[in-house]
Amino acid sequence: MKTKIIAAMGTALAIALGSGAAFAGPTLNAVKQKGFVQCGVNTGLPGFSNPDSQGNWTGLDVDVCRAVAAAIFGDAKAVRFTPLSAQQRFTALQSGEIDILSRNTTWTLSRDTSLGLNFAPTTFYDGQGFMVPKALGVSSATELNGATVCVQPGTTTELNLADYFRAKGMQFQPVVIESFDEVNAAFFAGRCDVYTTDASGMASIRSTLAPNPDDYIILPELISKEPLGPAVRHGDDEFFDIVKWTVYATLEAEEKGINSGNVDEMLKSPDPTIQRLLGSNPGMGQALGLDEKWAYNVIKTVGNYGEIFERNVGVKTPLKLERGPNGLWTNGGLMYAPPIR
Amino acid sequence: MSTRGPGNLAPQAPRRSLINDPNVRAIFFQILVLGGVVLLGWYLVSNVLENLARQNIATGFSFLDREASFAIGETMIPYSPASSYSQALLVGFLNTIKVAVLGIILATVLGTIVGIARLSSNFLVAKLASIYVEVIRNVPVLLQLFFWYAVISESLPQPRQALNPIPGVFLSNRGMKFPGLADDPIWTWVGIALLAAIVGVWLLARWARKRQEATGQQFPVVLGSIGVLVALPLLTWLAGGAPTALDVPELQGFNFRGGINISPEFAALLMGLVIYTAGFIAEIVRSGIRAVNWGQTEAASALGLHRGEVLRLVVLPQALRIIVPPTTSQYLNLTKNSSLAVAIGYPDLVSVANTTLNQTGQAIEAVSIMMAVYLTISLGISLFMNWYNTRIALVER
Repeated sequence: MKTKIIAAMGTALAIALGSGAAFAGPTLNAVKQKGFVQCGVNTGLPGFSNPDSQGNWTGLDVDVCRAVAAAIFGDAKAVRFTPLSAQQRFTALQSGEIDILSRNTTWTLSRDTSLGLNFAPTTFYDGQGFMVPKALGVSSATELNGATVCVQPGTTTELNLADYFRAKGMQFQPVVIESFDEVNAAFFAGRCDVYTTDASGMASIRSTLAPNPDDYIILPELISKEPLGPAVRHGDDEFFDIVKWTVYATLEAEEKGINSGNVDEMLKSPDPTIQRLLGSNPGMGQALGLDEKWAYNVIKTVGNYGEIFERNVGVKTPLKLERGPNGLWTNGGLMYAPPIR
Repeated sequence: MSTRGPGNLAPQAPRRSLINDPNVRAIFFQILVLGGVVLLGWYLVSNVLENLARQNIATGFSFLDREASFAIGETMIPYSPASSYSQALLVGFLNTIKVAVLGIILATVLGTIVGIARLSSNFLVAKLASIYVEVIRNVPVLLQLFFWYAVISESLPQPRQALNPIPGVFLSNRGMKFPGLADDPIWTWVGIALLAAIVGVWLLARWARKRQEATGQQFPVVLGSIGVLVALPLLTWLAGGAPTALDVPELQGFNFRGGINISPEFAALLMGLVIYTAGFIAEIVRSGIRAVNWGQTEAASALGLHRGEVLRLVVLPQALRIIVPPTTSQYLNLTKNSSLAVAIGYPDLVSVANTTLNQTGQAIEAVSIMMAVYLTISLGISLFMNWYNTRIALVER
């Protein structure tokens, strides 16, 4: 799209002109000076980041940003959101347009290195799947030889798709459409036999966008690992630490049974781990360059990880996702926070 | 230069300081501006490199040799996810060229027809052409692309219920499939014969013109040309054993296999670009024809030429001088607008380069490749059209 070229050129220019101001001081100073965290999110993916009719953003990725804002400012509302397409997201972060990229972005080696990103802990373990109309009579991804597949460009999804068909010795015809709305419309109009994206995203698309959700099935195979989490720029360890430990704090809180409802009582808890986390025994906040109440503010205003999960994508939401690998390690999941001490 | 006043007629030029010499001043300021531009460029480039290095972002074009690992829907040359990024970009480039060349040809034909129709004495024809021009020119081209894409993908049935208007041709929302010629080495030779026939026709037309200029005798060039164009490939085909095997599309699994396919993305993009650009070309053609003095037509008629000849021999040659330069811009616009393909999923250069950009993170490199390619295409069109314009320009004797 022409606007995309202009945006890309603008970004190139922004990188070119990005002199002292944007990069000289640590991101934290710039954020504090602005008074808000600039957060890059998906343009609209229910459950992860989606604006309502009043323009309020909700979702799991959005809550990660709110948690960081709460840790820095004590105010979960001190965030401004930049909706980004898959194509725009990395340049937006690299050029300093946003401070955090929290946009269902898969943590990969090349992104972590040559793309100049640092990934904070995974906030959602996902895997790529396939959705097909029931009328097609397909029950497994291994029966998809010769299918036409709708996919968004510039994502790991597109690469996994090609890898999977190559590995299985099957053919496919890709239909690669950049706009999220257009690719959905193309699939539901029958332009493709198969839609592929992360399983969680597919659940969201089926439940909220399908003309009749029961007409579509999600095939059982997951063809990839998709650890999704927030990312920041290389070269600012202080800010990286803040984002990292904000996520860990929500995990630690869930593990210790602290939630937004009982966090005030927990301030009086005799448990030394809780005392350190909530700042009644100081030191942790100072180590991060934040107020001692940083984690208290996160839990009080945004909640622990379990609350965030259940509120946005859990079984009581339209997405109806089980905790699965996103459960705490104590429950057999993958969510594990290093010690806060 | 008339810097000397009337009182300054002395044989010796008066002594002036260099500061007041307009030539020196001009050169000085040009050097100053050039220096400024170079400095700014250097500042931008060094800043880019420094910022990229600070963020550990890799630079350079070495990524072009790496495996692309993504698939592309339509390719004119062999390509698989195992091919390199440079191969992928070449696929995108060829797809852009394909839609641009076909688009320019079709838009010129359609635009000329509509432009002449607007001048028609038939009220209905003229009004319909006016409505076409006004509607098409005033709706953004991106919306028109979405419209055509939606028309094709929503109105046509699934492959299993594909429309079958004539045997072997299938219309579905996966595109139009029709039989192609099965592989046979003779088809290469038929192609060569066709090229040879085209050269032959050109030589024939030249010879016929020369002969008419010399002797006044006319030669049936059109009939002769058609004869050569048909006969030469046909004879080659017969000499090759006249293979008639066809590659007929067949429904197999999810979709049709075999035959030739026109994808909905390509069809929608081509249709959108042609219909949009033709609206502008129509206006250029109309104004070009209107600009030729009516007296020319009257004079030509007075010579006894009939209407077709008046248009072909008198009006159009003069109108072309007015039509060609603005049409060049429309050709450039069409080519550049083809980059909107990414919105409806046609894998053109921008679409492939954007994907490359995202997979590798090489924003500056990918954008500079895109810019270089479009600049080259545009300059190429521009050079060709300027050459053509000079050729048809009024030769003053």
